[in-house]
Amino acid sequence: MNKMIYTTAALAIAAAMSVSAAEARDQIQVAGSSTVLPYAKIVAETFGETFPDFKTPVVESGGSGAGIKEFCKGVGENTIDIANSSRAMKDSELKSCIDAGVKDVEEVRIGYDGIVFATDINGPDWKLTPKDVYSALAAKVVVDGKLVDNPNTKWNQVNPSLPDWDIAAYIPGEKHGTREVFEEKLLAEGCKETGAAEALKASGMDDKAAGSACIQVRKDGKAVDIDGDYSETLARISSNKTGVGVFGLSFYENNADKLKVATVNDIVPSVETISSGEYPVSRPLFFYVKKAHIGVIPGLKEYVDFFLSDQMVGPDSPLAEYGLVPAPDAEREAQRTAFAEGKTMQAK
Amino acid sequence: MTDATFNSNVAAVGRPVRRDIGIKRRYAAERRFRFYGVAAIAVGIFFLFALLFSVISNGYTAFWQTTIELPVKLDEKLIDPSNQRATNPNVLLTANYPLLVRNALAEKLGVSTTDRPAMRDLSKFVSDGVRNQLREMVVANPSLIGTTQTIPVLAGADIDSAFKGQINLDVDEANRKVSNRQVAWMKELADEGVMRQKFNTGLFTYGASSRPETAGLGVALVGSLYMMLIVLVLSLPIGVAASIYLEEYAKKSRLTDIIEVNINNLAAVPSIVFGLLGLAVFINLVGLPRSASLVGGLVLTLMTLPTVIIATRAALRAVPPSIRSAALGIGASKTQMVFHHVLPLAAPGILTGTIIGLAQALGETAPLLLIGMVAFVVGYPTTPMDPATALPVQIYMWANEAERAFVERTSGAIIVLLLFLAVMNIAAIILRRRFERRW
Repeated sequence: MNKMIYTTAALAIAAAMSVSAAEARDQIQVAGSSTVLPYAKIVAETFGETFPDFKTPVVESGGSGAGIKEFCKGVGENTIDIANSSRAMKDSELKSCIDAGVKDVEEVRIGYDGIVFATDINGPDWKLTPKDVYSALAAKVVVDGKLVDNPNTKWNQVNPSLPDWDIAAYIPGEKHGTREVFEEKLLAEGCKETGAAEALKASGMDDKAAGSACIQVRKDGKAVDIDGDYSETLARISSNKTGVGVFGLSFYENNADKLKVATVNDIVPSVETISSGEYPVSRPLFFYVKKAHIGVIPGLKEYVDFFLSDQMVGPDSPLAEYGLVPAPDAEREAQRTAFAEGKTMQAK
Repeated sequence: MTDATFNSNVAAVGRPVRRDIGIKRRYAAERRFRFYGVAAIAVGIFFLFALLFSVISNGYTAFWQTTIELPVKLDEKLIDPSNQRATNPNVLLTANYPLLVRNALAEKLGVSTTDRPAMRDLSKFVSDGVRNQLREMVVANPSLIGTTQTIPVLAGADIDSAFKGQINLDVDEANRKVSNRQVAWMKELADEGVMRQKFNTGLFTYGASSRPETAGLGVALVGSLYMMLIVLVLSLPIGVAASIYLEEYAKKSRLTDIIEVNINNLAAVPSIVFGLLGLAVFINLVGLPRSASLVGGLVLTLMTLPTVIIATRAALRAVPPSIRSAALGIGASKTQMVFHHVLPLAAPGILTGTIIGLAQALGETAPLLLIGMVAFVVGYPTTPMDPATALPVQIYMWANEAERAFVERTSGAIIVLLLFLAVMNIAAIILRRRFERRW
């Protein structure tokens, strides 16, 4: 018994020691946004199948912010090569990157993601406008020229053409990249249209304060933050048939037999209407590449080239089929040349 | 007092007097308590069965996969049109294998290959995984080119879901992933008997994939296995050595008290904290690779150690002092006493504790998130240094997928994980039953 214990202990220590002599990494490591994750997975998988010389990249999920933080830890084999992000990198993040030694960051825009409102499949048709969304979900609205806490409890109080449903909206939580688009494209827009922005400024706020007051969501439980994934939103809709949920276009398309999509400004969200810019609620998706790792990590350059090629992000590509809205031809071309030239981001 | 009883006894002559000692009340209290107990157990059992029912009813279909037995002509004109394979083996790697399968299916169903919309529907009918399947077949044996082989090809994920009845076919055609044409083909092939459900071995052998039909638990199983081995190899000797020292050698002092309190506290620390520690120490300081099962194993070892130490100390304490005294009395040294007598008698308890600790570690996801193991990993890890995932991580990743076919796979993976946990717990019970001694 004691011999066995000594041997296993010795083995364990030997195993731990051999570790410090780790060899060079031969696999690309990617982390970041859960919105970009499905696309990155498809590309990684196809990349592994198309280039037998390279190993399939490892794609971690965890969110845009967490991915960029990991990315900005520094340069070297123990840091990731690519950060996926559903929003542009902030200046503060770029600064922390540069401070940590990640001086050359290349930004790549892969396409667009549409954000849709959807209800249970058996419900009536929905037509929304940013104005309706603002009046239903904002913290403060204008009633009879005065700014008051949101009094609306039913959708048809907001707009008579909407159904007589209690307001129950499942919107992305604050750490979600989608939330930013929701705030910017719907709340801020609706704030202006309903005149609430003017009223807020008239109450003595400066532009910045009024801007952030505009995107405040009501806190009385009518708008529910969903911090998990869209599958959680879907579960909420199936248990509350009169709920309205916010989804990514690709998630909706995969579950179109359970959900009915709402129009925004009378535009039906689809790959076509988003890429043409008609449908208002969309956002660009990005990933960031560490230039110092190109040429060091085998396959990194090929992976990015492959990702940007038309067979991956073009109009008839697997990513478009999954729900990514391809960028216009000229923009895709511009992304490819920018990467080929090795253009890096500059801190402001 | 005695007088009082005496008097009342006297008064009782002829007619027994009942003293009120609250018998009724006490019986009622006992019945109530029993009822509470039964109710508590019933609630527990109800939720256990609700959980098992929902998991199993959602997940049992994941163990079957729709496959189509298809005669595929490995046409030389399509694989290697200019006959270069002797000089340029890459031709065989990059050939358009899905096209071969699509053409074979078109022939079988009598669809014209020039009917583009129909061909698009057809290419979604079978899994894109055939590219790999056929490539491996042809590369391994190039003499197959030019022959016709009957190959079991996987149906596409949406077809698989529809075949299992998981897609609502009553809604408008535009709102579902399978077209009416595909449903008709499905019926035709099923009637002919070439399309049917087979046991899904791929669930256990494939790595992660964005295509549900070729997504499996392979990498997660290997990753979990590596981590369990590392946890076992590290936490058992370290934990046992620590507890033997604390229990048998160390003098009771303020220092050992502090150590004891801290071990007990460590056992209650949330597991994500160990993940943070692992990220800071093993990855940032020591420089171990991200996503590696080695780091995962080390983090889980830290998490399991307190459990092992507490169980081992309890097992050592349960060995009666008479055994120790007898060993010392016939001249054994303290080390001989521990290793020849105490440890063998405590072994079943130690092993039970270790297995329970391992089972706990097997189901852990939170600490793995921070060390990069919640990841999409396609290739099998050859060593514990390679990127891998773990069983619970795979469940978490699948639960977030949009495709319908991942819903059943999530529950299927939960069934697999529950089976592993059940086996481990049963092993612990058997060990305890067989080897435990009572004094």
